[in-house]
This record gives sequence, structure tokens and C-alpha cells, in this order.
Amino acid sequence: MADIAGTVSSESQTRPPRTLRWRNPFLALGTQRALISVTVALIIWELGSTSGTWLGHALPVLGVVPSPVSVARAWAQLIRDPGYWQSWYWSTLRVLLGFTAAMLVGIPFGLLLAINKTFRGIAFPVFELLRPIPPLAWVPASIIFWPTQELSIDFVIFLGAFYTIVLNVVGGARAIDIRLIQAARSMGASRVNIFRRIILPGVLPSICTGMEVGIGITWEVVIAAEMISGGGSGGATSSGGGLGFFIWNSYIGGSYPDIIVGMFSIGIAGYLSSAAVRLIETRITPWRRLR
Amino acid sequence: MSIASQATAPRGALRIDQAVKLYDPDGARVLAVDHCSFDVAAGEICMIVGPSGCGKTTLLNAIAGFHGLDGGAIYLDDQMLCGPGRAKAPVDSDRVVVFQNGALFPWKTNLENIAFGPLVQKKFSRAEAFDKARYLMAEAGLEGHENEYPGEISSGLRRRVEIVRALINDPTVLLLDEPYRALDALTKSVMHEALLETHRRTGITIFFITHDLEEAIFLGHRVVIMTARPCRPKRIIDIDLPYPRDYTVLTSPRFRELAADISAAVDEEALKSFERGEREG
Repeated sequence: MADIAGTVSSESQTRPPRTLRWRNPFLALGTQRALISVTVALIIWELGSTSGTWLGHALPVLGVVPSPVSVARAWAQLIRDPGYWQSWYWSTLRVLLGFTAAMLVGIPFGLLLAINKTFRGIAFPVFELLRPIPPLAWVPASIIFWPTQELSIDFVIFLGAFYTIVLNVVGGARAIDIRLIQAARSMGASRVNIFRRIILPGVLPSICTGMEVGIGITWEVVIAAEMISGGGSGGATSSGGGLGFFIWNSYIGGSYPDIIVGMFSIGIAGYLSSAAVRLIETRITPWRRLR
Repeated sequence: MSIASQATAPRGALRIDQAVKLYDPDGARVLAVDHCSFDVAAGEICMIVGPSGCGKTTLLNAIAGFHGLDGGAIYLDDQMLCGPGRAKAPVDSDRVVVFQNGALFPWKTNLENIAFGPLVQKKFSRAEAFDKARYLMAEAGLEGHENEYPGEISSGLRRRVEIVRALINDPTVLLLDEPYRALDALTKSVMHEALLETHRRTGITIFFITHDLEEAIFLGHRVVIMTARPCRPKRIIDIDLPYPRDYTVLTSPRFRELAADISAAVDEEALKSFERGEREG
């Protein structure tokens, strides 16, 4: 018995330094691999896109893509161009507007669906009938409905996030353990208290999941909507374009490296939005941090 | 040994009188509780044992007021909780429930969980409620865990937090539905001694559902053995082991006798229930 206790304690004493010693090289190894893989990918891309020169004939697919060097050069030019940043601004603004509207409408709507049987009976069938329609299918109808093209894009983006948020809120509210509600009641909580202190915090994690999925969808939708609708009311060269229109315009204008710049820009925008949502998530649901 | 002499509070006497509860799943009327009658004295630790799904929890839910009865009545200190003319017992903090797998609010810290009752009832100011919660936590050996979330502490500590959360409301009856089911044996025995200590201090009536016969004998003044569904007392056994009890009781000859007696009665009912294929619950 004493022997076992001795071994256990000596092992637990040696363990922490060992993990400390091993963690750093491992991280560095991961970073190294990431750097190597990105570099190799860039080299293959560069070689592929310049294959016309050094092979005599261009490789399929890669051979017609602008080379990373030309993309980098185009990007360096563009970051000095206010028009490029305007595109960022418009797309971001639309995503924020549509997404915020989806939260403001979707969360109360989802909560009502979850807690009120009558409302669910009336509203849910319509919701379920409209839900399978892809947001982009709404673009033409939306342009007819709404007075300005800007509003019609916002509406389509709103739809993109709305369904996801509503479904997550409903699912989250229904997944709340009935015993939590019973426990709250048995400690004297009123209906209002139960809603505010149990239901609301109980659905927060699901709202966060809905936000995470929803923000991704809004970026998909905004780009496509901008391409289809011609980038807002102002027309081709005006400030109303957005990143989606920037890509489309670069395609029409034949500046192919700019297409790639636009694509990467959307990637970065999407990544930053997801990171922001995740940051909000850890702030508003601190109890899930250590799960 | 008299129960009354141990109780410091004279309140919390339960009387269950001819209670009947029907369930109606898929139109098939199932009798869950059938003319069930027994009394729980004020300050008594009354242990309820019986086969899975026999209707023990149904009875507890009726006392707590989560649902009503289809016949009979339940009284608390001679006041009718539910019965003829009163469909459901009012859900009130004089009877607080501690659930099987725990029902702490994961989004509240342990301290906020414990202060929940006083805060929603507005009996105290915010500061007073938190002071009281802090005091009770220290008393229960939970100091230092105030600002942690339930998800961050061990299941044993969680159970302790949950019982403190119930006790802060000064209930006259504590309704426990297999609160220690998921705990390991060592943690369980620590929890048992702590519960007995709490009972000694508060004199509260404890209505305790369990499947663990040793737990029933170790804790209870009496053990009520329920029949397989429909639920009604099959036998009520007085546990004549003196308090304060500690783990040495478990090996005493009298404990063994009682255990043999009770398990024979429970086994008979468990077999009936098993043969009918009752679900866990």
C-alpha cells in the first residue's frame, strides 16, 4: 500500500515538468508543418500557373490561374485603392445588418415558438414551408418586394441567418432539462423568473451555435446576392458594390489576379467574423469555458 | 427512541391518505399509485424503497406539487396540500426537491445557485441573500467554491451545493429523489454522514427515495418498502439503530438483520416488477 502511494506521488511530481517540456517542441513542430505546407502549396501554385512559360504549354486548371506573385502584386496595389476597402465596407455592413436583424427577429420568434403551443401551431407550419427555399432563390422576388436594391440584399442575408437561428433557439429551449424548471419552481420562482433566469441562459449556448453557423451562411449569401443583383443601387463602378461585386467586376473587366484577391478577402472576412462570434460566445457563456 | 425528541422543529409532518394516481400513456390507463397511505412524522428521515418505476417518484412529485392526484389527499401539518377540491399542491419553498442527477443551474456559480431561492422570493436583499449563502456554504464545507461553476467541481460537491441550495429556503420538508445515485461508494458515505449532521442541526423532515438498501437503513428512522406498481406501502420497518450513526453501524449485527429483512421484502417486489418489464425510473 505504502509502495503504491509512493509510486503515485513520485509520478505525479514528475508529470507536470514533462508536459511542459514536451508541449513547446510539439507546438513548434505544428507551426513548422503549417509553414512548410503553405510554402509548398504556394510553390506548386506558382509553378503551375507559370507552366505555360517553362513547360511550353499550360497545365489544365492551374495553368490558367493567376500566379501567386501576380496576386500579391495586385493586392499590394489594391490596399492603396479606396474602392477595394469600400467593397469590404459594403459587404461587412450588409452582413452585419442582415445578421443583426436575423438575431433581433429570430431569437424572440424562436423563444415564442418554444414556449407557446398556440403560437407554434399557427406559425411553425408556415416557417417549415418557407424554410427549404434557399435564400438565393429569393433574390429576384426580393428585388421586386423591396423599394431599394440595398434593402433587398439585406433581406436575403437576413433569411440566410434567420432559419438557422430560429431552429437553434427552438431546439435549445426544448433541450432545457425539465428538472431545472421544476427546481426553480420549488424554490419559489415565478413564471417571469423562470423565463429570465432559466430559459434565457439555457438557450444562450444554442443561440451561440446558431450565430456561428449563421454568420458563415451570411457571408455565402452576401457574395452571391451582390453578384446576382449587380452590387447595389449604384451600379458597376459606384461604392455600393461589395466584395461579391468586386469579384464579378474583376471577372468582367478581365483583371484575373483581382478575382483571387477578392476570394481571399472573403475568406479573411469570414474568418474574422467567426472569430468575433466565438469571442462573444466565450464572453456570454463563461460556464462552458471549462467543459 | 423517539423521533419527536430529536426534532428541533415541530413542523413538517406529512400525511399521505389513500393517494391514487393514474397515468394515461397511449390511452392505456396505468395505475401508478393505488390507495397509498402512510404518515411521516415531523423531523423524521423517512426512506422510501421499492422497485424501479413503481411510482415512488410520482408520489414525490405530488407532494412537491409538480402534478396532482386522481384520488386521496396529502396533508402537511394538517393542512391539505392536494386532495378533493384542490387539484395540485402549490409549488412552494416549504417543500424543496433535490433531484436524481442534480439540477444545479450550470450558468450560475455555486454561490448564485444557492442564493437563487432567497433572491427570487425577494425575502432578502441581494447582499443579505449572498451573505446567507456564503455562510451556509462555509458551514457545509464548501468554502472556496463560491465563484466556481457547478461544472467545475466534483459530483460530490455538487450534491452538497444542491442540498445547501434547498436548505437555504428553510423548507419544512426536504424531498430527495435518489440524490446520491451517481456517486461512488466512498463519496456516498461522506455525503451520508454530512446529511445526518445537517438533519441533526435543522431537524427538518426528510422524504428520501432510494434504491440503495444500505443507504436506507443507515440514514432512516423508518424504511417504507413499496410494492411493485401500483405503488403502496408493503411494509414499514422501524430502524432501531441509535443516532448519531457513523460507518461502524454498517457492520453491526443489528444492521445485518435489518438488511436481510428488508432485502427479502424488496426482492420479492423487484422480481414482480422485473417480470412485467418495467422501465427504469
